Amino acid sequence: MDPILEIRHLDVDYGLGDRAVRAVRDVSLTLHRGEVLGLAGESGSGKSTLAYGLTRLLAPPGVISGGQVIYHPASGEPYDVLSLSDNGLRQFRWAETAIVFQGAMNSLNPVHKISTQLTDVLKAHEPSMSEHTRQARAREMLKLVGISPDRMDAYPHQLSGGMRQRVMIGMALILQPQVVIMDEPTTALDVVMQRQILGQLIELRERLGFSVIFITHDLSLLVEFSNRIAIMYGGRIVEEAPAATLYRDALHPYSKGLLSSFPALRGPRRELAGIPGSPPDLAAMPAGCSFHPRCPRAFEPCSVTIPVLGRPDATGRTVACWLHPSADAADSPGVSVASGEH
Amino acid sequence: MTSTQVVLEAIGLTKHFPVRRSLRQIFRKEHSAVHAVDDVHLTLRRGRVVALVGESGSGKSTVARLLAQLYPRTGGDIRLHGASTSVNGGRGFRAYAARVQMIFQDPFASLNPVHTIRYHLTRALKIHHNTGDDLEAALHELLGRVSLTPPERYLDKFPHELSGGQRQRVAIARALGARPEALLADEPVSMLDVSIRLGVLNLLRDLKERLNLAILYITHDIASARYFADETLVMYAGRMVEGGDSETVTQTPAHPYTRLLIDSAPDPDRLTGNAGELATDRGNGEPPSLIEPPTGCRFHPRCPMAMARCTTDLPVRIEIGDRPGHWAACWLYDQEKAASEGVA
Repeated sequence: MDPILEIRHLDVDYGLGDRAVRAVRDVSLTLHRGEVLGLAGESGSGKSTLAYGLTRLLAPPGVISGGQVIYHPASGEPYDVLSLSDNGLRQFRWAETAIVFQGAMNSLNPVHKISTQLTDVLKAHEPSMSEHTRQARAREMLKLVGISPDRMDAYPHQLSGGMRQRVMIGMALILQPQVVIMDEPTTALDVVMQRQILGQLIELRERLGFSVIFITHDLSLLVEFSNRIAIMYGGRIVEEAPAATLYRDALHPYSKGLLSSFPALRGPRRELAGIPGSPPDLAAMPAGCSFHPRCPRAFEPCSVTIPVLGRPDATGRTVACWLHPSADAADSPGVSVASGEH
Repeated sequence: MTSTQVVLEAIGLTKHFPVRRSLRQIFRKEHSAVHAVDDVHLTLRRGRVVALVGESGSGKSTVARLLAQLYPRTGGDIRLHGASTSVNGGRGFRAYAARVQMIFQDPFASLNPVHTIRYHLTRALKIHHNTGDDLEAALHELLGRVSLTPPERYLDKFPHELSGGQRQRVAIARALGARPEALLADEPVSMLDVSIRLGVLNLLRDLKERLNLAILYITHDIASARYFADETLVMYAGRMVEGGDSETVTQTPAHPYTRLLIDSAPDPDRLTGNAGELATDRGNGEPPSLIEPPTGCRFHPRCPMAMARCTTDLPVRIEIGDRPGHWAACWLYDQEKAASEGVA
């Protein structure tokens, strides 16, 4: 499969200098054409920061302090999103990569009609389009996400939460982007609505062929809806594998813990324990592997040296854990520095 | 004292919230109300967990608040140890609160940010005269119960210095400070990080066993109800639609709404994304307006199996018969009656 978005050693900090909080550290991730890549982690693991970082939407004091985000357009040469000019960035956003925000239900402007907000995007990106075509396109988009086009002139408060969420998804897709980033798109919705919207999204993806980065804390949802899953903890990716592989045979103790944090609806009822302790404070990260204070299987290198994301076997999955050292050491980037930062 | 002693009972509990009326409605003497909770029956027993499952807007939190006597009820009865109770603030409320305590969803909002943990817990102990001889020892015991050890490390901290899970533990300790018999937990873990949710649920289960508490667990996550509760009740649009022991309700759901809810829950074992035989939703995934709820069964506009009768007659509780105590409010299970009517 050919890649569409390659994140290479991305670092994102909040603040500058020594007191900076390093929210995303050395993240490398590749999104392939037409796939759904799930990004799971708890609050504070840096998953949203990663999404904002790669679209360059970070508000100060967020700073991208290193790395590259290579975008491969449908036609033409790949380019680095992080070095785009303001104008280039304006072209890139929405038309190439769209994002559906967390709490998207509240991202609509309450004083404008749905139609105004939908056509506004077209006005900004395709100024040559006639008003009539714009309206038609907006109508078509609403129909696509399952809202009757006669709701075009409704205000956001006249729509239910689920409908507003659909409008947001429609708005993200209106310019037919190649990549759609979804940041907890259904967290505020009920399960029935969540399933309907996600089912529809998968259907749309098959029809329109875009790729999705799906960010959520609900791992059981990701296992069902995504092709590959990357798990973040403390600003780093700790494991990445195809969804089914991860679910059946997670290697990293954190992934295992996360998977056994969800009581199952079917199968035998078992005693579950969750993960002891609480997620780390990004401002005071433990030395070595950031998970080692909570890890049931921590041993002596864990508290000293940061594990490298490596391939434990030939299947192409990666994990950053000393229990599963990389099979081919040559592939690993040189970040195995002993952590003496504090 | 047996372990199945009934602590708190709701009988036909009903709550309607008045809606602001227009001038015309006032002149026409029209009264409209949000039918938040209608005819809810539930029983909390010592040492048992009852889960109340439903979507947002189904009235499950209103039930908890009614049981905590935070709202006056419109109809029905709340019985504490068999005696009808109705308190309206003041001393009566305090006496009631000593026996029935509530834990709220958001531990970030339910603790006062300008006071220390010591203050929060001391108040709970003093108000309910549970300090004993040694306040310090009582505080240590409380924190020890919720596994915040060593207690000295937490007592003089402010809420913002604790993580979400620790804060919720403090909120639980505060509720235990009243030495209640019943705990009403309104989505106690939904605001917490996934990896620590189970820790808090396991703590509640442990407390239930050690202190012989009756717990009402309100949640939108039916899988956690299966994990944590002995008995599960499902609410839809202000009414209870199904009930029974948790295993039966989640494994062999009877009501079409419960089936929809279970099939909609994320299930990693399904993996493909769209399996064939899932329960379907004829509607758009939204609950109805509770100001003018649908006549008959409130689920009929969305129900894939709705019959003519469902639109007119309110379904009654019908025993399913697969397990004792498993019932659903659905005409699908009314075979005897349908048969007898057919004969007549």
